[in-house]
Amino acid sequence: MVHKAKASHVGTCLSMTDLLAVLYGEILRVDPERPNWEDRDRFILSKGHGAAAIYATLAERGFFPISWLETYCCDGTRLAGHITHFHVPGVDASSGSLGHGLSLACGMALAGKRDRLPYRVFALLSDGECDEGSIWEAVLFAPHHRLDNLVALVDYNKIQSFGTVKEVLDLEPFADKWRAFGWGVREIDGHDHRQIYDALNGVAFETGKPSVLVAHTIKGKGVSFMQDKLDWHYKSPDAAQLARALAELGVSA
Amino acid sequence: MRTSFIETLCALANEDERIWLLTGDLGYSVLEPYARAFPNRYVNVGVAEQNMAGIAAGLARCGKIVFTYSIANFPTLRCLEQIRNDVCYHEGDVKIVAVGGGFTYGAQGYTHHGVEDLAIMRALPNMTVVAPGDPVETRLATRAIAGRPGPCYLRLGKANEPVVHKLVPPFTIGKAIQLRDGRDVTLISTGGMLQETMDVAKRLAPNGIEARVLSMHTVKPVDVEAIVKAARETGAVVTVEEHRLTGGLGTAVADVLAQALTRLPRFCKFGVPDEIYHAIGSQAYMKRLAGDLFETVQALLRQRLAA
Repeated sequence: MVHKAKASHVGTCLSMTDLLAVLYGEILRVDPERPNWEDRDRFILSKGHGAAAIYATLAERGFFPISWLETYCCDGTRLAGHITHFHVPGVDASSGSLGHGLSLACGMALAGKRDRLPYRVFALLSDGECDEGSIWEAVLFAPHHRLDNLVALVDYNKIQSFGTVKEVLDLEPFADKWRAFGWGVREIDGHDHRQIYDALNGVAFETGKPSVLVAHTIKGKGVSFMQDKLDWHYKSPDAAQLARALAELGVSA
Repeated sequence: MRTSFIETLCALANEDERIWLLTGDLGYSVLEPYARAFPNRYVNVGVAEQNMAGIAAGLARCGKIVFTYSIANFPTLRCLEQIRNDVCYHEGDVKIVAVGGGFTYGAQGYTHHGVEDLAIMRALPNMTVVAPGDPVETRLATRAIAGRPGPCYLRLGKANEPVVHKLVPPFTIGKAIQLRDGRDVTLISTGGMLQETMDVAKRLAPNGIEARVLSMHTVKPVDVEAIVKAARETGAVVTVEEHRLTGGLGTAVADVLAQALTRLPRFCKFGVPDEIYHAIGSQAYMKRLAGDLFETVQALLRQRLAA
């Protein structure tokens, strides 16, 4: 998709793909036959630039034909470079400007609570977007309203636009910050499916509190020449790089 | 206006359980009747407008009709991108209510002057922009936007605005209300300038000038038909708004005139020039700085005679 569209953000997609695989494979109560089912779990991709990964996940899960993926970023089609809900089954919200998704998720979780509906709301954030003040408005809001049906996941790959998170604007002590705001916190290896499953299967982490899963990840995970490389926030793989990457990942084109 | 708003909202919430109200920790001594009656559909989100707009969008995605409430620029400009992306792009049923439009908060200073809001909200796709002219229109507008799917912006004054409408007029979003007929000039007012516009129209009469007055309570979509008719029948149009001259009602009307007519009327925008922003004073004082509507209309008509 990213190669064909000459698009960017492949590194960010690879860092969160394991999280998406476990979420859509095991955790989320969703039904591709009924994408607007009222009691479905909601999923908000707040780091909207990971669109390619979520589209691929939704297609694999049967929300729309896999052939749609070929149209990613093409003129007059549905799949934009940042996640877009319009006429895309399974996408609960569009995003792309950072720092918006957790507030949307709070609204959905609040509606579920007040209406006594059983669904949960999951929001996947990037580490870089936690620079946005609006994220912390939502972080403050959710525990106050006891939104224990809300789960934030942070794809903590530790690289943002201009360098490492530590260099640009350090988030540490990151987990402690969420804890201090009143969230139930777990930290895991965000590429270990067992750890991801065990954590997400155990939400809410603490009774009456929203949960945050700080997932330690690697940007560009699984492709040796992309791993931990800032460049792959921007670059699009050429044909040779694509072939090498797919070979390393053990999949065919 | 704010009392008319909250009374109407309470009535609506009684009829429709999809209605919610969020506030950014403002509306003390105004919102309490709603909060008491509908605690399950009310949230004070705290001083956090970006979060408020996002939460409203999330609630709307779950089928709610959500009113967000704050003063002046806080529920609009402070969270503009959330409104653009999360509300408008998702076509959410979010109704943004700002109390303190124009110079209502006069001496509180520049931060509390809502004089660019109409222009900025009008620029957003899917956004309906309504600025009622008096408490009667406020009631009608609140009910109308609740029943209109999609994002709306409701710009209100504050308290003790005069009742201009002696009878309850028919009210349709996008349709101007004519309060006075005339053949010499049309004064098109939006928001809280309605009473002053009527007063000026009455003062012009002894000078032999019969002014038509339209309350253009909906700035977007603006009433093209009424504007074109006014231009053709009266030959002179003055827009009146407590708002900057850029991008608000005056610009909306000018767009219509320029595109719809081959023979243009005399036209003038009455509003707040960019230069006025350091001044400090009451609403009345600030409005006087913006100019004198009576003089403005007469000057325009003198130009017509001279032409």
